[in-house]
Amino acid sequence: MNEQHREQSPLPQGMRVALFVTCLADLFRPSVAFASIKLLQQAGCEVTVPLLQTCCGQPAYNSGDYGSTVPLARQVITLLETADYVVVPSGSCAGMICHHYPKLLEGVWRDRALQLAAKTFELTVFLKDIARIEPQGTKQSGYPAVTYHDGCAGLRELGIREQPRQLLRDLCGIEVSELQQGEVCCGFGGTFCARMPEISGKMVGDKLDHALATGARILAGGDLGCLLNIAGRAQRQGAAIEVRHIAELLCGDLDIPAIGQGR
Amino acid sequence: MQQRSDTFLDNASAALKNPGQAQRLDMIALFAPLLRTAAIAGFADFDRLRHHVKQVRQHSLDHLEYYLGQFEQEAVHNGNHVHFARDGDELNSIVLDICQQHNARRIAKGKSMVTEETSLNSFLQRAGLNVMETDLGEYIIQQAGETPSHIVGPALHKSAGEIRELFQQKHDLGPRDLPETSDLVGEARQVLREHFLKAEVGIIGANALIAENGYSMLVTNEGNGDLCANLPRVLIVCTTIDRVLPRAQDATAMLRLLVRSATGQSQTCYTSFYSGPRRDGDSDGPLETHFVLLDNQRSDILAGDYREILECIRCGACLNHCPIYTAVGGHAYGWVYQGPMGSVLTPLLTSLEQSHQLPNACTGCGRCAEVCPADIPLPDLLRDLRHEETRKKLAAPRWRYGLQLHAWLARHPPLYHRLTGAIIPLLHLLGRKRGSFSRLPFAGGWTSQRDFPAPQEKTFMQLYQARMRPRDEH
Repeated sequence: MNEQHREQSPLPQGMRVALFVTCLADLFRPSVAFASIKLLQQAGCEVTVPLLQTCCGQPAYNSGDYGSTVPLARQVITLLETADYVVVPSGSCAGMICHHYPKLLEGVWRDRALQLAAKTFELTVFLKDIARIEPQGTKQSGYPAVTYHDGCAGLRELGIREQPRQLLRDLCGIEVSELQQGEVCCGFGGTFCARMPEISGKMVGDKLDHALATGARILAGGDLGCLLNIAGRAQRQGAAIEVRHIAELLCGDLDIPAIGQGR
Repeated sequence: MQQRSDTFLDNASAALKNPGQAQRLDMIALFAPLLRTAAIAGFADFDRLRHHVKQVRQHSLDHLEYYLGQFEQEAVHNGNHVHFARDGDELNSIVLDICQQHNARRIAKGKSMVTEETSLNSFLQRAGLNVMETDLGEYIIQQAGETPSHIVGPALHKSAGEIRELFQQKHDLGPRDLPETSDLVGEARQVLREHFLKAEVGIIGANALIAENGYSMLVTNEGNGDLCANLPRVLIVCTTIDRVLPRAQDATAMLRLLVRSATGQSQTCYTSFYSGPRRDGDSDGPLETHFVLLDNQRSDILAGDYREILECIRCGACLNHCPIYTAVGGHAYGWVYQGPMGSVLTPLLTSLEQSHQLPNACTGCGRCAEVCPADIPLPDLLRDLRHEETRKKLAAPRWRYGLQLHAWLARHPPLYHRLTGAIIPLLHLLGRKRGSFSRLPFAGGWTSQRDFPAPQEKTFMQLYQARMRPRDEH
């Protein structure tokens, strides 16, 4: 299987892809990063994981603490800029690197940020549009109904919509049951969810209602922030829906407990 | 208007506990985007027009003094009086002076957010004038003693039942009980008609001022603006200096964006251009006309980092598409303007000190910027206001220091990894059985609304280094 993908992949041999794990995957869901590595390797990439990575700086940046963000952005640029490609299993962290670093930085750092932005991709975009992973001959089967939550940054900053759906179709044979008002935010918003909890609670409650209304057994998404938020709400309400990152689904890692669920 | 933006969180909390209002807001969240999308789908090249109008708006603001001068010259040439007001008090005094010169007692007023900004109604009422709002929504909230909850639909927060109760309270209805919505509209129309006929002065707003001919443009769906403008002897148009556009075709280009974005119509029922007083041979129209053009901080905003907010055309699309606005409604914002545009404007027109919660009422979801017909980067402006909040140390210390500490740790990877490598396995052990925490120290905001998912057994960095024997040299 791996060999076949390597032949089909348009990537030159030995292309080094640096994985930016994201702090949420590092801390809460390492399985997302391992699944990402597996998928990238299947697509023919040589995956490296720079070990000095921590966080892209969104918490400080979105809260308006630009002073704390600038050195963090420079640290990330320095760490990742030697790779041929950078892949991020999160739309909002990829959006941070691609759109916000160049806005935040000036002079030579802005140029370096733009160069990094040009080769940084969110995971599903990279797999579908750059590595052009092909449909598998034998689709994994037995998936329950799946609905998909589009993270706002991925959707609007990076234009990610079709890629995760196509990957789910091509690799898993899943047709996504679409959410009503799917383009509406789930209420995570980084520190927003803790600073304005009641409003956030109303938003994530609505999102969960819409997810349950699809009849799906699994809600998948590409952003752990949203997924932790929705999974936490599902647990609070005792809702019968599993919340998982798309990388885990694409790898078929369904035996790992879903986000927020115990053994 | 009395400002209550500093209690945004309490206002929002109260609004969330009002099930009737929540239901109406859910309807706005559901239908307004559908209407707008349909209106834009039927229009050939919305994005190109949006780009064009953006350039025109930027050009007019770049040369604001020139175009205001041209507008004044042309408007005076048409027989209008043109006044400039530095702040709200000045606008109010100018308007009162005009009313008193004409011994006016009754004022018919069209919808104007600018006069909400200056609290003109209460100012004129204190001087003994009878001011009646004639836009149906504005009339309703005036009767209720409330403020607008939406810049386009000021009474969107009220149900037909509430309006019926209000009219039963305030109007002499006799045996009539106004069962249908159309009865409510008819009742208001009856009251308003009499006032239109008796009013000595009409006051309206403007959607645009046209420099090349000195006209103002106004769109309404009820026609009340035209009655305010044409029936009373005196007309006063109150608006702000940033409304000026070079040419009539610029105003109509903007109109194509405005109406589709606001209500999903291709055109409002009434689009009117006001040139000036009645000329010889005209059968109707006011005898005397005034423009009062308000600055109220606009010149300062123009010179600062937030000037793009002056390109706002007041369509309300950002409100309708904002998940925070459609959760809490307009009154939570505590002042004249609501939603994303209001959260930018309010701190600039009042002070960040009393309204710094508003720029935080944003998840950065970007939907407002996506639908904004003026292409204003609202999430960026809101984040910049949060930056100012940070610089002025207005946010709660635990947030400021917490975020600084997190950023500092993130800049020291070995320490960060050691620390998280100690905490995460512990959290995993505590939460592994249930999979999540219903309560957790320092996470009260999160756990008040949802469980806190427990992490997997170790951090990725711990597992990766143990399992993969990495070849990386970093």
